[in-house]
Order: sequence, then C-alpha cells, then structure tokens
Amino acid sequence: MALRLPAFLSRNADAELIPQGRLSGPMPWVIAIMVALTVIAAAAGLAFSNTARNASDALTGGVTVQIVNANPVERERQAQAAVQALRSTPGVVEASLVSQAEIDRLIEPWLGTSVEGDGAIPVPALIDARLRDPVNGEMLGQLRRTLRPVAPSARVDAQSTWLKPVFSAIGTMRWLSLALVGVLAFALAAAVLLAVRNALGTNRETIEIVHLLGGTDQQIARVFQRAIGFDAAGGGAIGLALGLVVVLLLGRQFGGLGAGLVSSGALGWADWILLALIPLAGVGLAMFTARQTVVRALRKML
Amino acid sequence: MSNAAEGEIVQFDNVGLRYGTDREVLSNVSFTLFPGGFYFLTGASGAGKTSLLKLLYLAQRPSRGAIRMFGSDAITLPRDRLPGLRRRIGVVFQEFRLVSHLSAFDNVALPLRVAGVAEREITKPVSDMLEWVGLADRMHALPAQLSGGEQQRVAIARAVIHRPEMLVADEPTGNVDPDMAVKLLRLFEALNRLGTTVVVATHDVHLLKRVPDSLIMRLDKGRLSDPTGALRYPPRVPRTRDEVQ
Repeated sequence: MALRLPAFLSRNADAELIPQGRLSGPMPWVIAIMVALTVIAAAAGLAFSNTARNASDALTGGVTVQIVNANPVERERQAQAAVQALRSTPGVVEASLVSQAEIDRLIEPWLGTSVEGDGAIPVPALIDARLRDPVNGEMLGQLRRTLRPVAPSARVDAQSTWLKPVFSAIGTMRWLSLALVGVLAFALAAAVLLAVRNALGTNRETIEIVHLLGGTDQQIARVFQRAIGFDAAGGGAIGLALGLVVVLLLGRQFGGLGAGLVSSGALGWADWILLALIPLAGVGLAMFTARQTVVRALRKML
Repeated sequence: MSNAAEGEIVQFDNVGLRYGTDREVLSNVSFTLFPGGFYFLTGASGAGKTSLLKLLYLAQRPSRGAIRMFGSDAITLPRDRLPGLRRRIGVVFQEFRLVSHLSAFDNVALPLRVAGVAEREITKPVSDMLEWVGLADRMHALPAQLSGGEQQRVAIARAVIHRPEMLVADEPTGNVDPDMAVKLLRLFEALNRLGTTVVVATHDVHLLKRVPDSLIMRLDKGRLSDPTGALRYPPRVPRTRDEVQ
C-alpha cells in the first residue's frame, strides 16, 4: 500500500525523503490483523470481567436454604417455618420460597417431568435468601442455628460457594485475554521493527545522503515514524471494523443462549469506547517502535 | 596543534586514515584552509583525494590526528552537532549520489528542506539554479532519466543552492562538455568571490590553469605536497572573507 501524506499534515521535505511505497508494503494489513485480534481478545476479556463482576454482585449476599425431607407435607411445613424464621432474622433483607413450578422448570432438563406425581423423585424445597452484607462463615453458622429448631432438615449454603470454580475459570480466561492482548502488542512491535529495519536497509543510500546534507537523526526518524503512523492508522481502522464485526456476531450468538451468566457479560458503553481506543494505542505503539528502531540504527552511522 | 590561527575554516594536523587493517591511505596530512580560498586538490587516481574529501565533508573520521572545522574539533564533536557543521558544507560527490526517487527539482531543494527553509522560499531559487545550469526543462525528471552530464549539473546545483561556507567537489567537471565545465567553474569562482571556500579535487590540469589565484594541494600515495604554498602558514595568498567581499 503506497501512502502519500496529505500536504497539511506534513512538511513536504520529510514526506518526500523516503518513498512511502517502499516503506509500507504489507504493513497496513499486518497491523489490521493485529488490531482485529486485539479487539476480539480485549472484548473477550471485558466480557469475562463483566460476567465475573455482575455474578459476584448478584451472589455476594445470596444464601440458598434446602429443605431435604422425603415427606412432602413435612417438607412444606419446615419450608414455611424456615422462611418465617429467616425473615425475622436480623441481617436478612429478603427470603422467599422458590415455587414448585420454578423448581420443576430448573430440573426438567436433567430429570424430565418424573419429579411430579406419586412415586416421583423427592426434590428438596428451596428458599432464596438475600443478606444485607456479604456472606461469611459466621453468618452461615448463625443462620443454621436459627433454622435448626424450626426446620431440622434445612441445609444452608452461600450461593457464591457453588460458583467458586466458575469464578476461578472466568478469572483465568480474563487473564488469558489480557495476556493475548500483551502478546499481540509485542507481535505488532516486532512486525514494525522488522519492517523499519528492512526499510532502513533499502533506503540506506538516501539516508546517508540526507545525513551528509545536514539532515538530523530526528528528521529521518520522523519520516519513518509518520509513514508507520499512517500505515497503522489505516490498518487500525480496518482492524477495528473487522474486530467489531466479529465481536458483535459473537455477542449475538452468546446472547441467543439466554443463559443468565453469559448474558451478564454484555459490553457497556465504556467497554466499546475502550475497544475503539485500541487502534489509537496501536498507532502509538507502532510509531514509538519505529522511532526507537530508526534512532538506534542511525546512531551506528556517522 | 600547529598552525592555530584565527579565521581558519579547516585545520588538519597529522591526520592519518586507514580502512580496516589495510595500510594508511592518508599519512601525516596537515594543512589549513582559510575562508575565501580556492583550492585544487590534485593527484593521480588512488592518491587519496576522495578519502581526503570524505574527511572534509565529515563522511569519515580519521584513524589518527586532529581535525578542526569551523572552530570545532570535528573528531570529538558530539554526534548531534555534526548536522550543523554539514549544513555549512556543500558537496559534489564523484558519483553524484542523487536521490533516485526525487526529481531534479527535489534533489536540488533537498539541502534547503533539510535546513527547514519554508516551501514558499524554495521554489524560486531552485528553479533559478536549475535554469542556470541549463536544466529548466528537466526539473521534473528523475535522475535515471537524466544523462551523466545532467546528473552532474543537478549534483552541483544541489551542492551550492544553500550558499555553503565551504564547497567540496570531487571531479565536478568529469562528465560535462568543455563549455559546461568552464561555466561550472565560473559558478564556483562566483561563489568563491562571495566568500565560499572552494575545494575541488581534479586531475584535469586545464582546470587548474583557469583559476589563476587558486592554491594547489597535491596528494601522492596519501601524502600531501604544497606546490603553490597552500599549506604554508600564512598561506601564499592569505584571504579572509572581509577581503574577498
């Protein structure tokens, strides 16, 4: 891709010293691919972060009480008593019995409809309680002691405990996304470094002449920096567009699953703005790498 | 350092130059160039003329000895101050060294652009200069589209466009016809009268005769001799910028 700098953006002198076509080559496309992959990796990382944060917010004060009793009458009695006891316990903001219809809906994918009617598999009654403060061991112990006299079949668990492995996996994926972004940034810098070294070799004669005519390292570095900057801007815009299309398609696919945990990872405005800044960061990184590479190489020349 | 004197533009003191581990191509070279002087550097092929000129236009550092240029020690000068010195020197390279992707106009404009001259102040002097060297109708041609003589005239125009304090030319008339050679020599003399110190490397004896006031330095196997007293202190024809003007 041969890029010519617009006159208002650059003094003709710098723009003309090195032919832009010789410098660019496939660089804009390499940058486009890097930026697209970075956008996808960053979007994944942000989605994982959102999922973890939203789930954590939802589950932090959540407690589930199961009434495990095979006798449906006794189970119902203990469940009602437990709900009453929980509602009168200090620190409990809300306590409600999960309806049988809701329980049936939840377990139907695994057990079918055989949990209903005579001879069906007994399923515990479920109480969903929400505490004012995050759940801790002491609070769980107090709830157990409160419920034992009125509902001896009650089992009390913090909701966050169940999802600990899921949170751990989400955390790992989040770090993996971050690492990918880092690796892609490194790869972008390496690609720019190789392109600039190659261009330095190709244009060595011109650079020597410019040096002998009194050109400074900074002037020569600025030419490379601008050329790479324009390559990176063009490539970055293409990469951003590609990356966003992929992210939107993936978002629609995951959104279609309808699973609460997955849909809680939806990207917010701040996330989209962050993704839009990736090409700018790419341009900055490419220009910085180009400048450092050129200045270091020129120092070896007289 | 010997021959230290006020007003000298270049001072070489026991300079030696060798490439790699080969024998020295320049040995114990000492001389002083004064502002407004017109110097011819002569010698057979391989005598070291181009090497000496490379030292003069700061493309090479010597292996030993001391060089002062424009009052600065050119050997210990920090790298970031070299461009400032180089902008005071105009160079006509033996092999022209035009930038291949730039037109004749842009090649001639290069020293002005490098020096940061505004674009609106470049067009007229560059066009005038190209017209003067007979290339007004070739200003948009690339070097590859120019003949050897035309390329040489572009190289000379590039070397003088910014009115350097010192002009260093390596066989500047080697590829032009006799009429153009005389014309270019007159250009060098005109610049010299305006105060530019001119150093021309040549083995063309006819050229030497055309500038009667010139001083001659002769190189023989890397050693410098002084047939016209150019290296003496004070030189045979001491001239300062004020005297010239």
